[in-house]
Amino acid sequence: MTLAAVILLGAFHGINPSMGWLFAVARGLQERSRDMLLQSLPVIALGHLASVALVVLIVSATDSLVTGSVLSIASGVLLVGFGLWHLLSKRHFRWVGMRVSLPQLAAWSFLMSSVHGAGLMLLPVLTRLPAGTTAAGAHHHGGGALSGGMVVAGIHTLAMFVTATVIALVVYEFAGLTILRKAWFNLDRMWAFALVGAGAITLATAW
Amino acid sequence: MTLWKPDPTFYPSPRDAAAAPAEKLAYVAAFDRSASRPDAMTVLDTDPESDSYGAIVGWTDLPYTGDELHHFGWNACSSALCPSAPHPHVERRYLIVPGLRSSRIYVYDTKDLVSPELVKVIEAEDLGKRAGYSRPHTVHCGPEGLYVSALGGYGEEGPGGIAVLDHTSFEVLGRWESDRGPQYLAYDFWWHINHDVMVTSEWGTPSMIEDGLVGESLLGRQYGHRLHFWDLRRRRHVQEVDLGDQYQMVLELRPAHDPRKKYGFAGVVTNVEDLSASIWVWYEEGSRWAVRKVVDIPAEPAAADDLPDVLKPFGAVPPLVTDIDLSVDDKYLYVSCWGTGELKQYDVSDPFKPVETGSIHLGGIVRRAPHPAAPSGRLSGGPQMIEVSRDGRRVYMTNSLYGSWDDQFYPDGVGAWMAKVDTAGFTLDERFFPHGDDFRGLRPHQTRLQGGDASSDSYCYP
Repeated sequence: MTLAAVILLGAFHGINPSMGWLFAVARGLQERSRDMLLQSLPVIALGHLASVALVVLIVSATDSLVTGSVLSIASGVLLVGFGLWHLLSKRHFRWVGMRVSLPQLAAWSFLMSSVHGAGLMLLPVLTRLPAGTTAAGAHHHGGGALSGGMVVAGIHTLAMFVTATVIALVVYEFAGLTILRKAWFNLDRMWAFALVGAGAITLATAW
Repeated sequence: MTLWKPDPTFYPSPRDAAAAPAEKLAYVAAFDRSASRPDAMTVLDTDPESDSYGAIVGWTDLPYTGDELHHFGWNACSSALCPSAPHPHVERRYLIVPGLRSSRIYVYDTKDLVSPELVKVIEAEDLGKRAGYSRPHTVHCGPEGLYVSALGGYGEEGPGGIAVLDHTSFEVLGRWESDRGPQYLAYDFWWHINHDVMVTSEWGTPSMIEDGLVGESLLGRQYGHRLHFWDLRRRRHVQEVDLGDQYQMVLELRPAHDPRKKYGFAGVVTNVEDLSASIWVWYEEGSRWAVRKVVDIPAEPAAADDLPDVLKPFGAVPPLVTDIDLSVDDKYLYVSCWGTGELKQYDVSDPFKPVETGSIHLGGIVRRAPHPAAPSGRLSGGPQMIEVSRDGRRVYMTNSLYGSWDDQFYPDGVGAWMAKVDTAGFTLDERFFPHGDDFRGLRPHQTRLQGGDASSDSYCYP
């Protein structure tokens, strides 16, 4: 169940053009090079992984200081607030620069994922990892939560990477970008609902 | 409110945009030269199936007088689809309309309205205090928000430059340049968005334009004659390219729409040595920018009696290329000769070897060529601002340049008209000729087409 959720969330992030497959396609088209597209995607995934891993680190550090239910409640409140802010705010991510090096592309992906709260969406899973919940009240060093969390981040990012790669290749090779006009559903708004939903789940299961 | 799907007027590539449906409305900024009544945003019916085709169907007066509306642009365009900061669920809905003389910037809502509705006024003071500029001119929607060029400094002549406005609140965020290098004069700007390159051109400072063309400054070669290339991302001046100081007033900039290409066209109003006008191409040579003159349009000899005072000493009519516009497919360049009264069409498939493929005479300082819809009259003014439809099939033009300059070159009255050319046969549309009282005493300046046009959108995908 948890594994399926982690993979599905990864696919959900991978589908979103804002998370990077579109940038990879644009780079490929600009240079007329599928290699350019293919080498962009792992870098984008790396930035995404870094963003999610940062959340894992924070969760496991916090987990060793407070009880599991406090962590869950705090996470839930944070998620609901962040989701609502996304839903109501008219601001959008700003980034100037289409000619970026691969390290810059990784940085772009990290920022894009972080601003969207990609890692936060995993909080319901992260706060319920065994090492975190079973150790509630008992003193521990968070080692179990950390390694478990990193596994979650890794699986999630792999799912995101595979999804993004498939979509990027299909669009680049067959579908063409005209599809964006019809198929680019407002995933950011869906995303905001997902954040609020994840927050609600976390809160509901905190007791 | 954001949309569930991308705004239907956003297109990923110029190829997609060229397949866009025909515009049904055209927005035309019109101003009152006497500044005694308000300028207006006028709206024309461009749907040939409609009963009111060619007529003014919408009209919104500005709240003040003396703004001198000039150029304007959309709040959002196809660049919202760019992958680095995508936000395609916003709406192309607001017109950002600067007053070139008042330095105010107006925001008009066009959604589900024929006559646009004023939603915001940015006072000259806001632009001045936050960005240090005055006399706002060109508007483009881009990666950091809305970019607005300005000819003058705040409370001083210069430097002119570019201000950035917030995408959604339209508040002035500040000046765009972090390092302007030697740039002082400003006018038009646009970019090669996928290459992170900004290009800017030069006209003159407020005192050089507001009371008319200053002969001494022109003969002293003090108007702009350079192009500036910038790092769009770091906001830094990279290179200045001088066309030569005889080439006075480098105005409109039309970069290729294909985001893979790195060339564009610039129009020069006049060469002070022989009053000719010219078209230039900028392009990359190695890692530096270079320019090459690709079209020369000579002055036409004329009797002094037929000429306004400003031209009598020269015995010739200068073509005065005041606007150029490149079709979305980058194949045709349209050039307006406001002095001689001519619209030219060039095939620029090879940008370095333009081939003239069409010419229409209309108005002109001496020629006064009539419009076929009113064949008996002598027509004042000439083709000035040009707008090309996204599919490249229609070209619209208006006849006023700038109040005080209109009066110098057409002292018996520049008139007021708008005309449309069908590019298939390159002929004037006899059904489309709003003129004279249609504009209620105002002078039409720039046209924007509903949903976008050839000078409104930039594309991130080839």
